[in-house]
Amino acid sequence: MTSTLAKDKGASPSPPSVPPAQRARRLRRRGRVVALLFVFPALLLLGALVVYPVLFSVGRSLFDASGTRFVGADNYTEMFRNPATLKAIRNTTIWVVVAPVLLTGLGLILAVLVEKVRWATAFKLLLFMPMAVSFLAAGIIFRLAYDEDPDKGVLNAAVVSVHDVFKDSSSYPAARAREGHGLTKGDDGSYSTRAGLSPGDTVHLPMVGVLPKDLPGGAEPASAAAGGKTAADELRGVVYLDFTPGGGGTQGKVDSGESGLPGMKVEAVRDGRTVASTTTASDGSFHFGGLKAGSYAVKLPESNFAPPYQGISWLGPTLVTPMIIGAYLWIWTGFAMVLIGAGLSALPRDALEAARIDGANEWQIFRRITVPLLAPVLTVVFVTLVINVMKVFDLVYIIAPGPVQEDATVLATQMWLVSFGGGNNQGLGSALGVLLLLLVIPAMVFNVRRFRRSQ
Amino acid sequence: MNAIRRGLGHWLVQAFLVVIGLIWLTPLAGLFVSSLRSAEDTAKGGWWTAFANPAQLSFDNYSALLKNAGMTQAFWNTVLISVPTTALVVIVAALAGYAFAWLDFPGRDPLFLLVVALLVVPVQIGLLPVAKMFGQLGLFGTIPGVVLFHVAYGLPFAVFLLRNYFAEMPKEMLEAARMDGGDEWRIFTRLVLPVGRPAIASLAIFQFLWVWNDMLVALLFADTSSQPLTVELQSQIRQFGSNIDVLAPGAFLSLVVPVVVFFAFQRHFVQGVMAGSVK
Repeated sequence: MTSTLAKDKGASPSPPSVPPAQRARRLRRRGRVVALLFVFPALLLLGALVVYPVLFSVGRSLFDASGTRFVGADNYTEMFRNPATLKAIRNTTIWVVVAPVLLTGLGLILAVLVEKVRWATAFKLLLFMPMAVSFLAAGIIFRLAYDEDPDKGVLNAAVVSVHDVFKDSSSYPAARAREGHGLTKGDDGSYSTRAGLSPGDTVHLPMVGVLPKDLPGGAEPASAAAGGKTAADELRGVVYLDFTPGGGGTQGKVDSGESGLPGMKVEAVRDGRTVASTTTASDGSFHFGGLKAGSYAVKLPESNFAPPYQGISWLGPTLVTPMIIGAYLWIWTGFAMVLIGAGLSALPRDALEAARIDGANEWQIFRRITVPLLAPVLTVVFVTLVINVMKVFDLVYIIAPGPVQEDATVLATQMWLVSFGGGNNQGLGSALGVLLLLLVIPAMVFNVRRFRRSQ
Repeated sequence: MNAIRRGLGHWLVQAFLVVIGLIWLTPLAGLFVSSLRSAEDTAKGGWWTAFANPAQLSFDNYSALLKNAGMTQAFWNTVLISVPTTALVVIVAALAGYAFAWLDFPGRDPLFLLVVALLVVPVQIGLLPVAKMFGQLGLFGTIPGVVLFHVAYGLPFAVFLLRNYFAEMPKEMLEAARMDGGDEWRIFTRLVLPVGRPAIASLAIFQFLWVWNDMLVALLFADTSSQPLTVELQSQIRQFGSNIDVLAPGAFLSLVVPVVVFFAFQRHFVQGVMAGSVK
């Protein structure tokens, strides 16, 4: 470049014999040459690496996997028949419908609210920061947060602890009845005695499978409660751990030193219907009072023995796409908020003030003034998000665990898999690429129109 | 009464924003704390249990990472890819942006509309054809190949941004410079570049972060000796969980540079992103 310029400089004092019109023409021509030199590197790169590949892909999409046989539109019809690509099209549709709406809405709400606090700048910085983080790092961050094991994934840890606050976790997940001593196991995991007990009876229900160290604090020996008198209208009993510490004792008998199982739910069942329920005391005893005469069974419902709540399988086939969209929200909410916030600060203050003086409340101002005035900004944010959501690749590729990849797949990942990741069908891969391009053409038109209008 | 209600509303808004802020911080904190724990500790309990047990935290994972030849190589590759890409995009786009804004050449306006149209072209469509082309040119699997691809796909936005910025310059300024006998090259270096510095800074930061964070392009165009950090980490994701002592510090290391750049130049970055919306 510099050498050309040096030569130009040497030639610039033109000989005086040349007529001025010709000189002007030569100057203009030289100006054009210089201009072309300025744009040439950009045009070369764009032409060779962007424009040509687009044309090539369109052509390639009309050939078969090996690229030797012309198949016309077959790859495009195949796309809508093949279950894997169809799944990708469906998931991309979900992404495009859900993510931009959520992001624009959340961005709008936060942009309005954040103006009301003094630490707005810090908040904006915090939410915008994920934009600087790679999708890969964000993917690892959320793979960790969504881990299924509540001892590893923070989200499931939170869900489990909230769940356990509202619903007691079962106390005896490992307990089972001592076999052959009156309790039989139902299909649902509960245990019951035979029917035929009548008021006035006492039952001893032996359980095993609980380690003495796992007994709830405050459990007391059951032997005292095992005796006792039973009134005529009540059914009495004790649920105990049929294990004598230090050895000895008889199976199926309440030996001294054997502990009651407190907090066990017990039901009295008559003719298949539960007529009374209670919970065992600290020595494992329970009683049902005021029973009518009849034949009863005592049942320990399955909720006593349910395995502990393990939270939700976030990255399982059903939830994986919503969860990846959640990670996407983490990255892009700040963008929406800051862009909408910039639009907000450009709103005419007088309109808002006038409405306030007229007695409009904040919600009316938001609905009737802020949102309509912001419409152009909201459109820009929304369109930007739609374009970016269509191309989402890394997050899906990283967050979805191997076996769930096919449930989470979107157009960009499917295009990758089909072309390079084992599928090795570059005809179909090119067709998917072209589909991706076709989907962004409305945005292309939107951009070109907006640009021409601005000129 | 009204004041009380407003006070309560204000308090609610604050509480809501604090909750949102915590939700945003927690996953990041999780990664950082995990990066300081051994794989055995992570297998035994969540990262939050480390607060009760601060003895678990150490920088051992990081020092192990720095001794890992593959990782350090990948880190340097990331630098060797993102710095030249940023420089090239800025230079090529500034030249073209100036020409589109102020010089006259045949086909100028339609060509610029083409650039605007190319803003949204997805990189995916370029992968296969360019891979074939680079294969023939011997660029496939090399750092220059990765750089060239990034430059090409960064150009539409870069040219668009700089042309629009340069076009705002007062016409008189340029005419005066031309009257003084400055040729276009000198006007470009002495006048246009200094005046365009804010836009160029935004572009450079935006472009740098974009390339630093890329995985897709390098996944295809780089081989094991030229792959950046993102691809190196991605190749280990299959053993997620067992090698969390490599993944977590690696991911954290890969995000430290962009986050520092972000906080150092946040105004420029935000402006760059905002100018790039509808891209």
